[in-house]
Amino acid sequence: MKHLILALVALTLFTGCGKKSLTNVETGTPNQILHVGNGEEPRELDPLLTTGSPEHNILYALFEGLMSKDPETLKVQPAVAKSVELSEDKKTYRFTLRENARWSNGDPLTAKDFVYSWKRSLMPNLGSEWAYMKYYIKNAEAFHSGKIDDFNLVGVHAVEEFVLEVELEYPASFFLQLLDHNSYYPVHQATIEKFGPIDQPISPWALPENFVGNGPFVLTKWAINQIIETKRNIYYWDNNNVKLNGVNFYPITDQQAEVRAFKAGQVHLTSTPSMAIEKIAHYKQNQPDVLRIAPTYSIYHYEFNTTEPPLDDVRVRRALSMAIDRETLVKRVSKGGESAAYTFVPADPEGYTAEPLFSYDPEKAQALLAEAGYPDGVGFPLVEILYNTQDNHRKIALALQQMLKDNLNIKIQLSNQEWKVYLNTKRNLEHNIARAGWLADYLDPSNFFEVLYSKSGNNDTGWKNSEYDKIIEDLKKTHIEEERFKLFAAANKILAEEMPIIPIYNYSDLNLVSTEVKGWHNNVLHYHPFNRVYLESPEKSL
Amino acid sequence: MLLYILKRLLSAIPVLFFVVLITFVLIRLAPGGPFDEERKVPAQVLENLNKRYHLDDPVHKQFFDYVGGVLKGDFGPSYKYPNRTVTEIIYSGVPVTVELGFYALLIAMVIGICTGLIAALKPNTPQDYIPMSFAMLGICLPSFVLGPLLILSFGIWFEILPVSGWNYSANDKILPAITLGSTYAAYVARLTRGGMLEVLSQDYIRTARAKGLPEWRVILLHAFRGGIAPVVAFAGPAAAGLLSGSFIVETIFQIPGMGRFYLQAAFNRDYTMILGTTIFFAFLIIAFNLLSDVILVWLNPKLRKESAS
Repeated sequence: MKHLILALVALTLFTGCGKKSLTNVETGTPNQILHVGNGEEPRELDPLLTTGSPEHNILYALFEGLMSKDPETLKVQPAVAKSVELSEDKKTYRFTLRENARWSNGDPLTAKDFVYSWKRSLMPNLGSEWAYMKYYIKNAEAFHSGKIDDFNLVGVHAVEEFVLEVELEYPASFFLQLLDHNSYYPVHQATIEKFGPIDQPISPWALPENFVGNGPFVLTKWAINQIIETKRNIYYWDNNNVKLNGVNFYPITDQQAEVRAFKAGQVHLTSTPSMAIEKIAHYKQNQPDVLRIAPTYSIYHYEFNTTEPPLDDVRVRRALSMAIDRETLVKRVSKGGESAAYTFVPADPEGYTAEPLFSYDPEKAQALLAEAGYPDGVGFPLVEILYNTQDNHRKIALALQQMLKDNLNIKIQLSNQEWKVYLNTKRNLEHNIARAGWLADYLDPSNFFEVLYSKSGNNDTGWKNSEYDKIIEDLKKTHIEEERFKLFAAANKILAEEMPIIPIYNYSDLNLVSTEVKGWHNNVLHYHPFNRVYLESPEKSL
Repeated sequence: MLLYILKRLLSAIPVLFFVVLITFVLIRLAPGGPFDEERKVPAQVLENLNKRYHLDDPVHKQFFDYVGGVLKGDFGPSYKYPNRTVTEIIYSGVPVTVELGFYALLIAMVIGICTGLIAALKPNTPQDYIPMSFAMLGICLPSFVLGPLLILSFGIWFEILPVSGWNYSANDKILPAITLGSTYAAYVARLTRGGMLEVLSQDYIRTARAKGLPEWRVILLHAFRGGIAPVVAFAGPAAAGLLSGSFIVETIFQIPGMGRFYLQAAFNRDYTMILGTTIFFAFLIIAFNLLSDVILVWLNPKLRKESAS
């Protein structure tokens, strides 16, 4: 050990860095360079193709849609479009674009750019996983599935240089909210076509050396598994109000490593979605000013495989759901500021909040189980809870296992699988009960209700209900809030009666954010644009 | 000698072929594909993706196409990183892993040999027991424990070294190199001690001492050459192990080397990337074993004769 230390000292001297070197945070703050821990290495930065939240975070810096949201209130606000008018039938939007909006190479950004981009995202050969996000637009689905070839029939037109008209299939009341989703961002035609036709998916156009975007920052460097650097885009229409000179993203997959990087001043903020439970407790106690906990519009739930006994019996499903003490679970087990959930759709104080139609009720649960033929759990077959390998999921599953044992006297077995194996198992309905989660893209309950639609690719329960399906279809026909809320309530009632899933809790968003970071707001959609973020050293703020 | 190397190289070809074949079959047997995500990819999109990467071809055709590509030096595109080829990614990761491995090997050798020598000078005394206990600890302490411990002490308590990253600052290579090298340092220390003890009890050492040579000359000039032989034999496999076994250290310290890509490729079911990195590492191990065998043959006249015949 003596030698180890000696060698270390020698090495330190050798590299000439015996004194404390400045951390990223220390050099970044005065220069307005934000350093962000950003989870996994991004797949690609073509906004029409990329999925996954690490990519989303970066794209907020690099692009901008017609509309955006206020990160504090989530109210839709103008972005590339300076104004929008909606027709009487609520189906046609007319956007007037800012004439000073430009691409990062100085080219003007016009309505035609949006037509081109939206067309590209719907080209069948591009294979964009986000195409369905545009199915609200008239004929978009028909074009994407190849039923029509003429894009002029699709409801998006550049009627003037700076005027874009969009016609919808039905009056989707949340349409404006979609416009800051990356699949609705504009892409630069000339740059894309330098490397191939409109629908060529693999193209180097979005690599730093070729990149052209329209956001507050522009991509300057991408070293795989190391760093993504962006710097101020001087052509951005609102550049004068952007205070940061650049944002650097670090791919840090390991949660512990990310916390360490934060502690050591290598990043200003972290974004790995789930922090280890022990770490949360530590920060809550010692550094509550950097730990940001915020509720999110999302759900942590368990999916039943409703096609096999005993879980094909609705009484069993309800019994299991009622035997779970969610309050204790969030307070004693998950401990990350989550809120107990009794409905599939999370609460939205500004919009629709579903009414909880059942509660934690061990006696009623026992009665239901007895009714189903398993009095006091006798004869109940061994059921398995499946989760993807992760410590936090294991802890929740363990707690549930114990609660079901205590309250219903039934035996549950736990099984964990590696991520892709787990996905495969539940897609093929080879599970009994599987852990799942769902995060909304925009603030509307349809986000959640649609998951359990019988034709939804994400319905891993095998549960089908024609009445429920009809509600989902009816939702598309109306934009009147009152009618929609009625339909939501009806859907919520069916879910509580049929219980194809067990709602457990609403996730909370956990980030470590240095106190030097200003203008970064928590919100339920995990929406964090960078154009209003800035850095302030502690001396100044005193 | 040349013939021997040639023979060994030829025998590497079927080894590599079977490595590719087994890996190819195994990764396709693993449940889940490269395009499975939490949100199900629509069937039509999946079809397009499969077509794009020729995953809709019969499996045997995919295999032979792949092998054909590899023979031409084309390892295919990465499924996870669509704009980069596997060759490109390997090319970006190799220098990092090699550099890390080099420093680790250096540390392993310098620390290991020094410690071993010191222990061997006074066997069965505290001077032997103390360093050897540390060596035992070094062998037992896995890098995923040692790494965070070093980070905690030097990065967070003393704040003298960065906790992660590579090439951000001049000294961010120190902790990963020590973490990776320490286990090997411990092995080297034990090997050196053993080798030295054996040599020190031999007649020619006694002769040297009897002639009145100063002790340091006896140790460094007479005994050391013989005592170090086991370490030389160990160096080849150790180098291969350091290069291919760095994925834990690379993950802990966020180093963009090959090990991290390998691990991620497996989780992502990035078929071409898994195959590319497997071939690369298999090649590396074969090459280093060959190298160390060649050195041994060259050092030992008896083996030299055998290989010539």
